[in-house]
Amino acid sequence: DWLVSFRSLTQVKYGAVSASVAQTNLHRDCRWYSVSHLSVRERIEKKRKAALVGGGQKRIDAQHKRGKLTARERVELLLDPESFVESDMFVEHRCSDFGMEEDRNKFPGDSVVTGRGRINGRLVYVFSQDFTVFGGSLSGAHAQKICKIMDQAMTVGAPVIGLNDSGGARIQEGVESLAGYADIFLRNVMASGVVPQISLIMGPCAGGAVYSPALTDFTFMVKDTSYLFITGPDVVKSVTNEDVTQEELGGAKTHTTVSGVAHHAFENDIEALLNLREFFNFLPLSNQDPAPIRECHDPSDRLVPSLDTIVPFESTKAYDMLDIIQAIVDAKDFFEIMPNYAKNIVVGFARMNGRTVGIVGNQPKVASGCLDINSSVKGARFVRFCDAFNIPIITFVDVPGFLPGTAQEYGGIIRHGAKLLFAFAEATVPKITIITRKAYGGAYDVMSSKHLRGDVNYAWPTAEVAVMGAKGAVQIIFRGKENQAEAEAEYVDKFANPFPAAVRGFVDDIIEPATTRKKICSDLEVLASKKQVNPWKKHANIPL
Amino acid sequence: MAAHSLSPPLSRLLFTVKYVSLHSRCCAVHSKAHYSTVYNPNEKTFDKILIANRGEIACRVIKTCKKMGIQTVAVHSDVDSSAVHVKMADEAICVGPAPTNKSYLNMDAIMDAIRVTGAQAVHPGYGFLSENKEFAKRLAAEGVMFIGPDTHAIQAMGDKIESKLIAKAAKVNTIPGFDGVVKTAEDAVKIAQEIGYPVMIKASAGGGGKGMRIAWNDDETREGFRFSSQEAASSFGDDRLLIEKYIDNPRHIEIQVLADKHGNALWLNERECSIQRRNQKVVEEAPSTFLDPVTRRAMGEQAVQLAKAVQYSSAGTVEFLVDSKKNFYFLEMNTRLQVEHPITECITGLDLVEQMIRVAKGYQLQHKQEDIPINGWAIESRVYAEDPYKSFGLPSIGRLSQYQEPLNLSNVRVDSGIQEGSDISIYYDPMISKLVTYGATRNEALAKMEDALDNYVIRGVTHNIPLLREIITHPRFISGDISTNFLPEVYPDGFKGHQLEVDARRELLASAAALYIAAQLRSQKPYLCYRVSTIPVKCTHWELCVELGKGCHAMEVTKSGDVYNVEVDGGKVEVIGAFNLASPLLPLTINGSDRMLQFKVRVLSKLASELNSYMPEKVPEDTSSILRSPMPGTVVAVSIKPGDTVAEGQEICVIEAMKMQNSLTAARQAKVKSVHCKPGETVGEGDLLVELQ
Repeated sequence: DWLVSFRSLTQVKYGAVSASVAQTNLHRDCRWYSVSHLSVRERIEKKRKAALVGGGQKRIDAQHKRGKLTARERVELLLDPESFVESDMFVEHRCSDFGMEEDRNKFPGDSVVTGRGRINGRLVYVFSQDFTVFGGSLSGAHAQKICKIMDQAMTVGAPVIGLNDSGGARIQEGVESLAGYADIFLRNVMASGVVPQISLIMGPCAGGAVYSPALTDFTFMVKDTSYLFITGPDVVKSVTNEDVTQEELGGAKTHTTVSGVAHHAFENDIEALLNLREFFNFLPLSNQDPAPIRECHDPSDRLVPSLDTIVPFESTKAYDMLDIIQAIVDAKDFFEIMPNYAKNIVVGFARMNGRTVGIVGNQPKVASGCLDINSSVKGARFVRFCDAFNIPIITFVDVPGFLPGTAQEYGGIIRHGAKLLFAFAEATVPKITIITRKAYGGAYDVMSSKHLRGDVNYAWPTAEVAVMGAKGAVQIIFRGKENQAEAEAEYVDKFANPFPAAVRGFVDDIIEPATTRKKICSDLEVLASKKQVNPWKKHANIPL
Repeated sequence: MAAHSLSPPLSRLLFTVKYVSLHSRCCAVHSKAHYSTVYNPNEKTFDKILIANRGEIACRVIKTCKKMGIQTVAVHSDVDSSAVHVKMADEAICVGPAPTNKSYLNMDAIMDAIRVTGAQAVHPGYGFLSENKEFAKRLAAEGVMFIGPDTHAIQAMGDKIESKLIAKAAKVNTIPGFDGVVKTAEDAVKIAQEIGYPVMIKASAGGGGKGMRIAWNDDETREGFRFSSQEAASSFGDDRLLIEKYIDNPRHIEIQVLADKHGNALWLNERECSIQRRNQKVVEEAPSTFLDPVTRRAMGEQAVQLAKAVQYSSAGTVEFLVDSKKNFYFLEMNTRLQVEHPITECITGLDLVEQMIRVAKGYQLQHKQEDIPINGWAIESRVYAEDPYKSFGLPSIGRLSQYQEPLNLSNVRVDSGIQEGSDISIYYDPMISKLVTYGATRNEALAKMEDALDNYVIRGVTHNIPLLREIITHPRFISGDISTNFLPEVYPDGFKGHQLEVDARRELLASAAALYIAAQLRSQKPYLCYRVSTIPVKCTHWELCVELGKGCHAMEVTKSGDVYNVEVDGGKVEVIGAFNLASPLLPLTINGSDRMLQFKVRVLSKLASELNSYMPEKVPEDTSSILRSPMPGTVVAVSIKPGDTVAEGQEICVIEAMKMQNSLTAARQAKVKSVHCKPGETVGEGDLLVELQ
């Protein structure tokens, strides 16, 4: 299968560039460094200069024409001014077949720019694939450069950001290129949970290359100019006889709405990079660091009266969980992750009194906020990220249960739903839960309940914690009883309120919605010193 | 830029730049009390009043009831169950589902609510059942007091034709060419021709300009007839129409009257309501700059003559059209509390709701005509949830995600029935509030209005504050040179947003840059000490670009402490401010004067702005072949079907929103490809209605 995948790379339009399509003779002069009469110093200068223009002005222009920035421009935009410290500018590929050994086919730095820098003063390691050099294809040297900064990031404890823009494997290098991918994959896996890893797909990323972004914590894409797929449209056509465009198969829209592979899509390179800077502000540098705290201008004791009326009287009526989240967090600033995928659950980052928190909320506006396969997986992955990186989790619950039906059962809702349950249960970061309305059945247990070691669990007066809604319950409890309406009223009176959970201590308090922000902020202050350790294990066995 | 674009272009976003001298901030010290008359607690009126209305007017009435120690009952539709008026009232009864004809117009349910709660009187507010004689009759039959005039006066004045006959008999000036009830479109044309164009067509039963259309020829008369009769039927359940001579360039000035059941009547001076769009009032003031004492007295006396002629009791309004020679003509009499009554209250010191309740109980008026003062000046801006860039205001709906009234200012009164978190729905009037400011002089009141608009925070719905601010700062408005055609005359191509002068633009750009830097600096100083040291970005000099409209302005900024020195567009600006990055309002000192700003612009570093030129232009979809709903509403009629060929300007469908019918027409001649809506359906703003080939 790998073979198929990699062969397919040649079919990617931008794709794997054969070196026989030799780089033009442009800038030959400035790259012609082996002339013996030049001093070492002069040769250094020449090489540095050559590295800065990558594949040459013509290819840079072509890159711009596609609406894309060059690898270096991207790095410059992403990082604080003058903070970039480049490594391996002199590294060249080592391929000696197919004419690759010729000087004109050697580019100082090869097809990737690597190094470290700062985002708002905070350390980050970056690699940025250079599409102007052999289409950004991955050579052994290219992979080695990436591995080097990843290793450093791991030892220092700082995040890694990858800016992907690559046609795929360097075919001329054969297995060396494949080995390079695997080296990166291994490091992705080793770094997982140690330092945050973010991939921003800014061009093609196909075949084996897709697995590096897939292994990182977050994958962002640029609309219209980026693609992610295992095999391109041509191979798809020949194997499954499907007609599909690149955009439909692996564009930003597909991956942010249908497949759930990507976590966010941005309009263009600049938007993406500037948003990535904002996103980075939420993250700790590593699992050794606490969630960052930023100066907060939004009073932590601010009351939010609009929340008192947000939950409709009719329990079947929808409202927008985002309204609640935005009203509660600092200055309405909520960075939503996967806003267009599995919209029945909302996840994302925000701050409470300046401190980064992860927010998980059922979305009553979409499919009544039920849990299904996709929303469980989306939620689980987010919760595990937060737990890995010391980010407190705030959960807003309004869930009628798991989605029934053959599609869900055949799809394995049992093992996928278990992921979310697993993630909440194993999480040792501060966990605060607010039941805004329904918390029915097993879904109640799953959504960061007291029983899964929730630190603080609140219910709003509108909360209903029960095995199921009144109608269904009455049909079982009072089967055959004539006056169903009366029975229903009795059930509602007994169970459709926060008391059954509150008298048992399963919620710590029933709070006025307007005070929610104030309470959470003060709880987080206390929970900042929370220490909880799970039993020693090699690793847990989450039901994948 | 696509006309239907859902995200407003930057140039249209509210950016109000405010010039307030410190002086004017300090010297405007006035009493916060709105009313000068003192409520007499010994005067027993009612124990419990039901308010048959919603929104701001229901809240307004409840406030006075509370002052008078009267228990209040709110009625509400199911979607309004957590509305402000419901929370304010002592009791609340749900009278039906959201559509008004099933709730607020549902007399059976309201009568039930009266019985259940034992309310002794009903205040109808304005709109809904306020001028419904049937309702007044039913109340009378059950011995419940209607706080308003008696049925006779409602009937007499509610009918446009009868009212004019009575007015004529009472020696009140009436509009020439006034005539008959209209049955068919051809009748309408005939009548129009007899009167001579232009003519005005409207529903006999309706007030407030709703259902009023102006026709300049036969075709427009037919169209006007059709729309007006439909609207009349849907809004009032009465499809009679009225056609009369249309007075060009008129002012709309109305006289507030107050009468008791003992034959006493007063005129409480005038309100200037000429600033209108589609015959609905936007900005009102009292008094009018146009009236001299002689004309005022003449109008007031005629208004009182009319009130007496119909044995009027309670508060009422006699509307006049005034031409440039100060000739005035009776338009109609509104037998209810007007929307814009607060400005009269401000200049006279009377609480009109209190007076209405007293009068309904049978007390005599407390005042004589010579007791009625004009104290200072009051201005009212109607703040609407609507997009002022579309025909000066098409309804916008949504949730008020953030809402702050400028009540921190003195001499400001805000009558509203909503709060942060409220929904502006398609079912009701999109008015957010009535913003009233007053002062010793008109200039003072105007300056206060400017200040109040700048301090008003509304997020979540599109609102008309940019338009209101433009109006009250326009030289023609300031000089008092206005007519009901003010808006179309001043903005012949529609309102395009505030056009910034060079200085103001520089100041806005500089403020944006300073804000951007403040936000950047905050991100760069996290609180905690980290394992890996944070290297502060040692920057005291920035090169930035601010995008404003289509242009991008380069600037250089240096900062020391809270002082930002900005060089932009060839000028220097000094901005001083300690930025609160969570506040929607930005109080700054710019070049030495205090400003209050709200804006949304994009700021980029110089590098990002340079690279921006490489970013691909995203192609907006071709809009000439698709028709999208310009506003949320209900589809009333679809005039075409797939395969039809439509001519440019031909009607494609009709959307009703907030009781206004809007005809949507083809942008070009084309064949209809597909139709995506059907009558009765609810559509959202931007929904695809019809595709053309």
